[in-house]
Amino acid sequence: MTLVSPPDLSRYARFVQRTGRLGGRWVLAWPAVILGIFFVIPFLLLLRVSVAESGFGAMGNGGFTAASYLAAFQNDVFVYSVVFSVVLAAVVALISIAAGFPFTYAITRMSRRAQVCWLVFVLMTLSLSEVLITFAWQVMLAKRVGISNLLVWLGLMAEPVSLSPNLGAVLACLVYLVIPFTVLVLFPGMSRIDPQMAEAARTMGATPARTFFTIIVPIMRGPIVTCLMMSFIVGIGSYVAPMVLGRPEHWTVAILISKAATASNDMPLASAMSVLFLAVASVICLIIYRLGVRKV
Amino acid sequence: MIGLEVQAVSKSYSAIKVVDRVSFSVPQGEFVCFLGPSGCGKTTLLRMIAGLEAPTDGHLFLNGKDITGQPVHERGFGMVFQSLALFPHLNVADNIGYSLRLRSGNAKLRAERVEELLELIRLPGIGKRAVSALSGGQRQRVAIARALAQEPQILLLDEPFSALDAKLREEMQVEIRQLQQKLKISMILVTHDQREAMTLADTILVMGKGEIQQMGAPLDIYRNPSNTFVAGFIGSTNFLDVTVEGPGLVRFRDKTIAVGAIPEALTRGQKGVLSVRPENVELSNGGDGGLGGVVTFVRDVGASIETHVDCGGLEIVSLSSSSQAACPAVSDKVSLRFQPDACRVLEP
Repeated sequence: MTLVSPPDLSRYARFVQRTGRLGGRWVLAWPAVILGIFFVIPFLLLLRVSVAESGFGAMGNGGFTAASYLAAFQNDVFVYSVVFSVVLAAVVALISIAAGFPFTYAITRMSRRAQVCWLVFVLMTLSLSEVLITFAWQVMLAKRVGISNLLVWLGLMAEPVSLSPNLGAVLACLVYLVIPFTVLVLFPGMSRIDPQMAEAARTMGATPARTFFTIIVPIMRGPIVTCLMMSFIVGIGSYVAPMVLGRPEHWTVAILISKAATASNDMPLASAMSVLFLAVASVICLIIYRLGVRKV
Repeated sequence: MIGLEVQAVSKSYSAIKVVDRVSFSVPQGEFVCFLGPSGCGKTTLLRMIAGLEAPTDGHLFLNGKDITGQPVHERGFGMVFQSLALFPHLNVADNIGYSLRLRSGNAKLRAERVEELLELIRLPGIGKRAVSALSGGQRQRVAIARALAQEPQILLLDEPFSALDAKLREEMQVEIRQLQQKLKISMILVTHDQREAMTLADTILVMGKGEIQQMGAPLDIYRNPSNTFVAGFIGSTNFLDVTVEGPGLVRFRDKTIAVGAIPEALTRGQKGVLSVRPENVELSNGGDGGLGGVVTFVRDVGASIETHVDCGGLEIVSLSSSSQAACPAVSDKVSLRFQPDACRVLEP
């Protein structure tokens, strides 16, 4: 029997390699330019302003000094606010995952039709702006028309009360904002889990709860970490919700920075606060990320 | 009774009846195969036994105790799934030890038992490996070891070998059978592969349209299929539409054919279906009063010769070993004879 000799592919391979390299370079150049214009240059400007001397101009009074950084460090309100923002973001992230994870799991167990309905519903809430949602919460928690009236009507409460401003209101609103993202991040991975995995665990003697915690949660480790990081970032950068629904002690760093920039007109201080806060947030994100990449 | 007993179990999804009043029993230590085409309800039946589906009607008994309403995790039946469902976040040892971990905290005993199971599946020392680093056959074995870890009274297998290539599948079939004989536990295997069922089972349960079509020892079913569905599904066969002529005689067109027993339900003059296996069809050069026909296709694979013969519009297949008389060529005129004892007359 004669074998047909395989066609000579080496020339083609070389061609693909060459153009692939070339294409790869250009493909990467485009996002690099975009990143440069919209991220690197503004950040460099921020760094520059943060070491300028305090003053009313956009660049302060120019020159080079670390005075703004020192001022930020010595400002108790700023330091308290950094700690508060981090804790607030962590709590928001944990509540969102604790609520969003079982919710997403429940969606993946539903029929295709029900899944689509729920996902469309979740996506719909994303089309509302953060500001709108925040004010809606304010109305909902108000004394005259809010949910406390409903509780009174149900006989669970003696008289209507105002449920904002307080920390609970801030948390509720932030969790509401974050949960759609949580569901969207978890859904693809969760819907790919073979339902036979859970069934196998059940046949081996695991209760439904045990199956959930020993099989489903560990398999979803990666997406869970992504989710925690994302909700943490949304929470730590929150601005409208703490301002509208919180008291001054619930103000996040974002609010302080905005006050420094607009009310005090101190651009170097606002920039220095931003840089410091960015550093803190980056370190925490890095820690969360490292927690996620444990090898089996 | 010691073993599993299934009593008139049914399962319906809205208006569709998937399993229809099925009853049978699996004595302790027996290997039973559910055999049938896809969609015949065999997997649903297995899932009901495991407790993963609740029967719409009927009861399940284990050693005389009603287990119909018992949740899955309390039944303690081992199960090997079609997708194997090995846990990707656990290594081989943790996969196998999963059921043990749920029961006791003694890590040392658990490790010993896992190593014992790895010995049993002839893969010692791979406990530390990731599941993703295993070959198809190894995964298969690990899934079986995992299901055996809790020492189940019954092991349920849902088409476990369907993802393996033909050679490996046959090896695994022999292996699981040996394992079953060694451990003396009951096994129920679901398959659509009649060869697999014939290799493994003490008892085959042929299922079709949600009902048991026939139940019995593999060779019994092969030789005495109770209806045309079973005859057509188990092995290959030739069907001839015949008319009953008298005791042991049927008429096919203008030829009278001698057959074995005819079911009592069929009386003289009634229509029936004659089923005869290819290996029971003998070929000759003609002129001996047999059924005449023209050869249309010959498949000579060395060990056996398969000859397709066109008998006035009906194709009949004959299978003979190559040591027998010289093989005919395409378009030869031949005459066919059926071994009377091997001819089954079935109700149409």
